Amino acid sequence: MPGAVLFGTVIIMASVETVWISFFDWDGVGAKTWVGLANYLELLGDPQFYVSLKNNLIWLAVFMLAPPIGLALALLLNQPVRGMRVLKSLFFVPLVLASVTVGVVFTWFYDPTFGLLALVFSAFGATAPALLSDEHLVTFAVVFAALWPQIAFCLVLFLAGLNNLSEDLIGAGRVDGARGLAMLWHIILPQLREVSFIALAVTVIGALRSFDMVAVMTSGGPFGSSQVLAYQMYEQSIFSYRFGYGAAIATVLFVIMAAFIAWYLHTLLKPEQEGA
Amino acid sequence: MYPRPIADDAPLKRGLYIGLVALVLILWLVPLLAVMATSLRSFDEVMAGNYWGWPKTFNFTENYTSVFTQTAMARYFVNSLLITVPSVFGVLILSTLTGFVLSRYRFRSAQLIFALFVGGNFLPAQIMMIPVRDLMVELGLYDTYYALIIFHVAFQTGFATLFMRNFIAALPDELFQAARAEGASAWQTLVHVVVPLVRPALAALAILTFTFVWNDYFWAIVLTQSEAVKPVTAGLNNLRGEWVSSWNLVAAATIMVAIPPVAMFFLMQRHFIAGLTVGAVKG
Repeated sequence: MPGAVLFGTVIIMASVETVWISFFDWDGVGAKTWVGLANYLELLGDPQFYVSLKNNLIWLAVFMLAPPIGLALALLLNQPVRGMRVLKSLFFVPLVLASVTVGVVFTWFYDPTFGLLALVFSAFGATAPALLSDEHLVTFAVVFAALWPQIAFCLVLFLAGLNNLSEDLIGAGRVDGARGLAMLWHIILPQLREVSFIALAVTVIGALRSFDMVAVMTSGGPFGSSQVLAYQMYEQSIFSYRFGYGAAIATVLFVIMAAFIAWYLHTLLKPEQEGA
Repeated sequence: MYPRPIADDAPLKRGLYIGLVALVLILWLVPLLAVMATSLRSFDEVMAGNYWGWPKTFNFTENYTSVFTQTAMARYFVNSLLITVPSVFGVLILSTLTGFVLSRYRFRSAQLIFALFVGGNFLPAQIMMIPVRDLMVELGLYDTYYALIIFHVAFQTGFATLFMRNFIAALPDELFQAARAEGASAWQTLVHVVVPLVRPALAALAILTFTFVWNDYFWAIVLTQSEAVKPVTAGLNNLRGEWVSSWNLVAAATIMVAIPPVAMFFLMQRHFIAGLTVGAVKG
């Protein structure tokens, strides 16, 4: 079991150690000083923590658009037309791009003088807001960029789901006169329940883990207004040499995600246990 | 099939449909198309603010040559390959071994290990950052290829094992009974029976791992520092700071970062989609 051993030592031990470090005051090099819960108490009084938390919630809320848009695109593309395979693949492209690439591409898209957004605004005689330097809009700008590959991911999942629909049920529905939205709601969606669940889970995790796009597009700025927990942790540890404090932030993020992962595993493993 | 297929005898409807899809596709890819177009522009054109129109001059060779000669992009590119390729092989080998054990041998804690793998894969990377970084510093591996290779192998093995386990568990039991009846050892069964049968799964896993490792940014900036080791993702972000107004060069570099995973994707598209959906659907 070399795989399990490697995975176990590096991943699990590291996670546990982080929780341990969160009880110390440590600059990453010198001696650690035990401070108990002081890091957590400081976190509770840190306004930046609430900004990050709020931004994580914004990520979560906006990311919830990904599954429905992915489904809509999947419904549009699920047609047996010649050349459709190539078209579908082109829709998948954002998924395989590095987040750095997506970040660079969208930074440009938002450029206030020459960006496409600015051109659209000026076509209507308005001036585009400098999205990435506006502390109220910046998080939305970053999330919408991150939404692009996320929608592609949901699209892949839903297309696979649409391929496995039961023809009998659809046929029966058609006989009963179900059409359009009624058909979608009563016959198609129930069959897509499992896929939808996965798309939702993947999206929630993606929203909570968000780091790359923030780092590439704004570095958390302006004035920390676009930071998320993952980025705040990185900044506190690497730039401010406050490893204990960073570890505490990581632990909070971990607890939030662990709750979600536990729920996910619980739901996922249930049918397997019933089957066995 | 849902939605109802567009009939073959309705060419007008078909035409409209294709037109609609093409329109949506262009809107969908606009940001990327613009970067491609800009990677062909001249510097003067970029300065004049032509970011989105059709390029007036085509500077394909000039731009891409200068990315290679004037920036460290070639170095980053080689670094990325030196990190990604060994990682992919490491992951394939370890996950096949572990997946084999988890799928064939029933032991009490199998479910727990399985859960640990899934859970571990979904953890935020930040929870591991400080200890992993420390460990690499202590081992003297910080800022070397090995730091990234070891970490990626360890991390991706979680997802990959799960993937291989599901695939191997789906093989018929008779196969394994027959192998045992022939007196094959577990090792022989693995090499001569399992591996040839799971080749498609290995292909899928190889391309997924390649994409994940190639596209990684977080660990690239946490575990490396010097130009000589940095992979393309971290390199691109540096380059953006250095060449602020030379958007045509940055665009060319961006396209270069995107090409390997996109090329892999188109070459092995079927495997990629199958891998992604199986991996996600089965957990």
